[in-house]
Amino acid sequence: MSQYSVDEYGFYGEFGGAFIPEMLYPNVEELRENYREILASEEFQQEFRALLRDYVGRPTPLYYADRLSDAYNCRIYLKREDLCHTGAHKVNNTIGQILLAKKLGKKRIIAETGAGQHGVATATVCALMGLPCVVYMGEVDIARQAPNVARMKLLGAEVRPARSGSRTLKDATNEAIRDWINNPVDTHYIIGSVVGPHPYPDMVTRLQAVISEEIQAQLQEKEGRPDPDVLIACVGGGSNAAGTYYHYLDREHVQIIAAEAAGKGVDTGESAATSALGRVGIIHASKTLLMQTDDGQITEPYSISAGLDYPGVGPLHAHLFATGRARFIPVTDEEAMEAGRELARLEGIIPAIETSHALAVLAKGAVPEGSLTVINVSGRGDKDLQTYIDYFKLA
Amino acid sequence: MASVKKQLSENKLSDRLAIALRKPGKLVSIYFTAGYPGLGDTVPIIRELQAAGADMVEIGLPFSDPLADGPTIQESSTAALKNGMTTSRLFEQLRGIRSQIDIPLILMGYFNPILQYGVEAFCRKCREVGIDGLILPDLPLEIYERDYQHHFKAQGLSMIFLISPQTSETRIRRIDAASDSFIYMVSSASTTGVQEGFGQGQQAYFDRIAAMDLEHPQLVGFGISDAQSFRAATRNAKGAIIGSAFIRLLTEKGVAGIRGFVEGLRSS
Repeated sequence: MSQYSVDEYGFYGEFGGAFIPEMLYPNVEELRENYREILASEEFQQEFRALLRDYVGRPTPLYYADRLSDAYNCRIYLKREDLCHTGAHKVNNTIGQILLAKKLGKKRIIAETGAGQHGVATATVCALMGLPCVVYMGEVDIARQAPNVARMKLLGAEVRPARSGSRTLKDATNEAIRDWINNPVDTHYIIGSVVGPHPYPDMVTRLQAVISEEIQAQLQEKEGRPDPDVLIACVGGGSNAAGTYYHYLDREHVQIIAAEAAGKGVDTGESAATSALGRVGIIHASKTLLMQTDDGQITEPYSISAGLDYPGVGPLHAHLFATGRARFIPVTDEEAMEAGRELARLEGIIPAIETSHALAVLAKGAVPEGSLTVINVSGRGDKDLQTYIDYFKLA
Repeated sequence: MASVKKQLSENKLSDRLAIALRKPGKLVSIYFTAGYPGLGDTVPIIRELQAAGADMVEIGLPFSDPLADGPTIQESSTAALKNGMTTSRLFEQLRGIRSQIDIPLILMGYFNPILQYGVEAFCRKCREVGIDGLILPDLPLEIYERDYQHHFKAQGLSMIFLISPQTSETRIRRIDAASDSFIYMVSSASTTGVQEGFGQGQQAYFDRIAAMDLEHPQLVGFGISDAQSFRAATRNAKGAIIGSAFIRLLTEKGVAGIRGFVEGLRSS
């Protein structure tokens, strides 16, 4: 077994596991016992692949970015997850999980969301399958992500404000977990990232692994080899990164880079750079790297990107960091915003600000000249227009 | 009952906990969040609870993200943290408590603050101040047994596990076997303080557990707020745990309201 796979207890090295209250044990155990078999079944695979093709629009293109490549003296391909239905990679996971939920006979779906992308992707598949959907979202995020709140409502989902704690993503996740404790029998919780108790990190990684599977085939076709020299993705919880890395984890000659949100700077106190600032701890039932006080209270991260301001990181990524398999590079708000604008001007693609963090790695000189590089464009920038407007004073 | 006593003596459980569980009648166990309503209220609350006739106290170590708790305990935890409560400060406050308090003291908290304090150091400190047992809802049985139980056992601390209406019979038996004092029986599929009182579903669950004739006594928690729900919860069980309702009382009346509240629970 790969040293980057989850072990029988749900750990990647020392990270992961399922630190769940006993009330959640039956729910999580039901998933744990069934997810591999269901995901591997021919019936599931057929439905999943058909929906990814006909509904999501897969395979997403692997696009050679000519002008961007010239600017950085290397050969850069962009994996266009921004062209997925709903605007980001998130839908790969929600399609997979809703099929799984149906196989398990669940009648009701809950989810958490930060910026609203996962909430929209969940509301979308619930509309598609005719299942009721409740999305928990921090009160603060509801106020600053109004268009996505409207999208979820239009899709028929109920958006419930999380009013506890800091009223952002971590609290929305707490509320979703509490909902699951209160509705243990008929409800499936679609977690949006490679976080939470085992088996979620592994399950979501497998559902997102379609990204690296396609990259391999597409690079083979375009370059005559499946492996790039360098692979780059942004990491908040880490679902697009896990999907981008998955088929390359054991191919050690492929350099893996994870772009983390440094906010206003790693040492400013306003940052979400978990690998730099976190210590081993438990968040949302998973042992991972975590931003916290000396007393073990979870702290509130900051990033201009609402999709990256998570105080933890998926346990797979904590393991990739601890083993040195992935190189973690902190990217500030400013560096990301500049990189986003650069992609818009050089390639005519406006990326999500999360993705802009991955792109900023280029300007930081982290990619050797001449390298064959793949960057995952995890989402499109429509949702971030207001932030771009405010930042660059475009109005 | 004889088998319970045998089990207790074999595991060298703290005398206080063993004695309390052998008392005749139903046990009242009260939960409060350390550092709430005021930072310095910990010892006065415990003292008043003992004077009011509580059989056991659960001291809540506040956490920023208490997953298994409803709004009442969450808010008290947030307030306690804002007041400056920390693990170290709680241990300082509890130093010397055993010169005035005889009833069992149980610490209830989430695992992350304990992990940061250092599990071994935490356990040593618990023994030093006179803590008898722990309830750590997000440290499941399997991980406890595999990675941590030697630290707790080395200090003679009892680990108390939860069961809920969804827990399978096989798992309840396994938890019973791993227990050494009592089992915390969560009354319904719920976070704390969400529901009030019990319906037929709960009574069926209480009867089902009673019929299993477990080695260890059960204390029922979640949803107990007054004499009526206390009676219903303890028809089969050895006692009941009151948390959110007690926090609400502290919010409204402070330490002065404790005596009337505890006495009221036992009124018929």
